[in-house]
Amino acid sequence: MTIAPERPQTGSLVEQFEYGLDAPICLTWELTYACNLACAHCLSSSGRRDPRELTTSQCEAVIDELQRMQVFYVNIGGGEPTIRPDFWHLLEYAVDHQVGVKFSTNGVRITPERARFLASTDYVDVQVSLDGATAEVNDYVRGPGSYDTALRALANLRDAGFRDAKISVVCTRQNIAQLDDFKAIADAYGATLRLTRLRPSGRGADVWDELHPLPEQQRELYDWLLANGDHVLTGDSFFHLAAYGEALPGLNLCGAGRVVCLIDPVGDVYACPFAIHDRFKAGNLLADGGFQHVWQHSELFTELRSPQTGGACTKCSAYDACRGGCMAAKFFTGLPLDGPDPECVKGNSEAGLAGARTVPAASQDHSRRTPTRNEPVMLTLQRQPPVSACAESPLAGFDPS
Amino acid sequence: MLDEAWAVSPSVALRPEPFGALAYHFGNRKLTFLKRPELVAVVESLAAHADVRSALLACGVPTEQHTAYAAALAGLAATDMIRKREAA
Repeated sequence: MTIAPERPQTGSLVEQFEYGLDAPICLTWELTYACNLACAHCLSSSGRRDPRELTTSQCEAVIDELQRMQVFYVNIGGGEPTIRPDFWHLLEYAVDHQVGVKFSTNGVRITPERARFLASTDYVDVQVSLDGATAEVNDYVRGPGSYDTALRALANLRDAGFRDAKISVVCTRQNIAQLDDFKAIADAYGATLRLTRLRPSGRGADVWDELHPLPEQQRELYDWLLANGDHVLTGDSFFHLAAYGEALPGLNLCGAGRVVCLIDPVGDVYACPFAIHDRFKAGNLLADGGFQHVWQHSELFTELRSPQTGGACTKCSAYDACRGGCMAAKFFTGLPLDGPDPECVKGNSEAGLAGARTVPAASQDHSRRTPTRNEPVMLTLQRQPPVSACAESPLAGFDPS
Repeated sequence: MLDEAWAVSPSVALRPEPFGALAYHFGNRKLTFLKRPELVAVVESLAAHADVRSALLACGVPTEQHTAYAAALAGLAATDMIRKREAA
């Protein structure tokens, strides 16, 4: 049992946040693990519906509790949340109970009719995922056809008069060069651009080595955010880049279990949306006395709200700026939690990444067991010429030394 | 400002927190933090007093701090967390 540390009466807001709040500020609720897509980097390894998924009445009870706790808005995601037959009902139920909704979608169910409904509601924000400014880049990770689906949804929203939809982009090695193009797409649809960090969580662990931005691209991203940051949202994603010097807008702190958490489709509560793993599970809102009890009393969250040690990072001059970076990124790359972020801009994680490390096994996986017709296949044509025209062995030319 | 009548905006909700309170505006969706319990008490009592000064006095804020509180309240007014009302 961890004893909650005594909270100081003074101190900056960030210091206060490190001791946690009575209710989260930023709550993500994945409504379902079911998804029509099978994105290569899915944080929640979604695909198949979990048979234990919360029922409609259980979801309504969660919303009632959020209203009592004065959680003023919730970020709904999945999976693809609009796949749930009761999605539109739950959306209205939340808004009617003073819980505003921002939901993430790949756009598959945003028909002209739904777009008109959304344009007529208050307190609802729509966030359409797009991971490439061209179909080529987007569909490589999100699957064939997903680019057209997203743009069709954005067009439907714009034509229905929905204002200020969000276009949510996960920044990868392949799309960092497209930041200006993303901004142009957002402008064309009357939308706001939102950039977030690629996390090695869920299926992202399998593709992180290939997709995470290279060091010079991180610098490019940082410079772009400094120049354009006022009109671009980041969800505080890039606080590890603060070590370059000037802090980016936002809190610049790891909010996991302090101001942020995640409720998954079966009611499990995790410290943050990027940490769906038993190591970061605080409890279950059905089994452990409701969401408020888990948020306020779970052992994991109490531990996360205790003063953290910076470990190897404390002697780095940038520690005050980046606070050691993202806990989930470290965990899922097998790095120590009190050491540098795997994308440390000072290069302090290079030795750790090159050395012996064990990437933790996933504790749950809802990926489809068989390939679907629109699943991304991350293969490109071989760039090296064959050893000879008739060298059929797959190991031809392989030199094990 | 000290001689004007103010109140919390109708679409704003205050959530108590250990450091003070969190204010959320359902209209413009802005989130603001009231970093001192004393400021929360003042904001909550604005509607019950004829002007800001009497709200401050009723909450026991010393006169020499009134200017500082007025500045904090002006910050809240900038995002419509509190609104000027017609004096009763």
